[in-house]
Amino acid sequence: MHDYDVIVIGGGPAGLAAAVAANESGAKVLIVEREERLGGMLKQCIHDGFGLRTFGERLAGPEYVERYMDRVAQSDIEVACNTFVTRAEKTDGGFAVTLVSREGLRTVTGKSLILATGCRERSAKQVFIHGTRPAGVFTAGTAQHFTNRLGVMPTKKCVILGSGDIGLIMARRLTLEGAEVLSVYEINPTPSGLTRNIYQCLTDYNIPLHLSHTVTRVFGKDRLEAVEVCEVDENYKPIPETAERIECDALIVSVGLIPENELAQSLGVELDRHTGGPVCDAQLMTKVPGIFSCGNALHVNDLVDFVSESGAEAGKNAAAWCGAKQRRVDISIGDEFLYLVPQQLDLDSDNSKTVFYFRSKKVVEKSVLRLKINGEEAWKKTYPFLRPPEMQQLTLDMSKFDIDENSDVRFEIEVVK
Amino acid sequence: MKQLVCIGCPRGCRLTIEEKDGEFIVSGNSCPRGKAFAVSEMTMPKRTICSTVKTSFPDAPVLPVRVSDDIPKDKIFDVMREINAVTLTERIGRGDAVIKNVLGLGVDVIATSDLLKQK
Repeated sequence: MHDYDVIVIGGGPAGLAAAVAANESGAKVLIVEREERLGGMLKQCIHDGFGLRTFGERLAGPEYVERYMDRVAQSDIEVACNTFVTRAEKTDGGFAVTLVSREGLRTVTGKSLILATGCRERSAKQVFIHGTRPAGVFTAGTAQHFTNRLGVMPTKKCVILGSGDIGLIMARRLTLEGAEVLSVYEINPTPSGLTRNIYQCLTDYNIPLHLSHTVTRVFGKDRLEAVEVCEVDENYKPIPETAERIECDALIVSVGLIPENELAQSLGVELDRHTGGPVCDAQLMTKVPGIFSCGNALHVNDLVDFVSESGAEAGKNAAAWCGAKQRRVDISIGDEFLYLVPQQLDLDSDNSKTVFYFRSKKVVEKSVLRLKINGEEAWKKTYPFLRPPEMQQLTLDMSKFDIDENSDVRFEIEVVK
Repeated sequence: MKQLVCIGCPRGCRLTIEEKDGEFIVSGNSCPRGKAFAVSEMTMPKRTICSTVKTSFPDAPVLPVRVSDDIPKDKIFDVMREINAVTLTERIGRGDAVIKNVLGLGVDVIATSDLLKQK
């Protein structure tokens, strides 16, 4: 007998949706959250635009996530905030999770686990910026935490490296609060964030975006005084002759997100090198039976609505999971993909509404997405364009295809010339 | 001819607008919102703004807020000044007005979180 049917690790949008769905399926659910309050990153994402898919409204981040928090509060889902998972392990027919909180240590057991641990920001050190270590180098999320939760301005005059969405949102936010955002630099020849965020966060406020540029050095002893910016060549190598010194008191880094899966790895969950998240089937179960993954821990989404949808899917399936043996087939992808999720299909599950999420590796114009089974085209769809920052979601009836364990199931993108 | 990007949803359609005989001809949009946005950009551009207001509560020094409906783009910084002049002393909740009819624009500044209610 387990303490819970489903233990959800992480109380952000994915974990909340997972817990609500599992609870609605009749499961006894525990949410473990390391912060003081539920809500995850959306607590500090005060900008609007969330929930257009789910609620047909443009909500601010807290408004969106509090709708799920309200549903949790009205249910019999148990919530453990200010609680860390220090260890999780497989036991006979379930999992044992060791929790630490102000009350001390305790171990809880569950039939299935949902890893809704979200993602973390890549830091300045991970993109090889040289120089001293002055204060004033922040990830966009840290700057957002200061501004939106603590009410403290982290800068008066800053440079932003990376055109990821949080960086763009912060460019606007800091400008609104009176800071001077000098420029956004992006090492890639194309922007990383959503096109509409370039428009409403940069164009609206006359903030220049320099593509194929990066920050190569930081200056300053106690506090950042300046950064060195360089143009890069097609191999992303800085061109020294283009170096320019820019005076500023902060460098805000928005250079990508990495799914957080240390706990998954400690449980032997296999990760996909394309997504950084677990390899899953269409029910979002990892290769370790009984462990499910969702939200940004599975792959980095650009819309919270998709995060919640994957959470709900994982929650429903984790509640229903009964330990049945699986017959899985791999889904391979062509080189034109950045990634595709799920990476496997369980042939004994209902795959009539398989939801795929994918991104192209490059910005491409008119393209055909093709599903090939044993080398033969089984299905196709044409896209007017594909851009890596804009994730595509696709629902396909995979049960109608003749697939067995030995089938070669492959997606390819062909650019129409 | 003007080109812009629709901010109505994450799709980010690239819109082209041509003015002909006082009418706007919009192309590149995938839905009616795109057309409405393009016309509004040409006549009276509007935006939503989201920010925070100071509170007198140490457990939550700021509370997230937004305007209840879009405001003219050229009033953004004026509304920001009004928002920054507020210090909340009451534990209001999501949807409650922080400033009613801000600057007479016909929209309220409303709280977007129940943060102050969950001690």
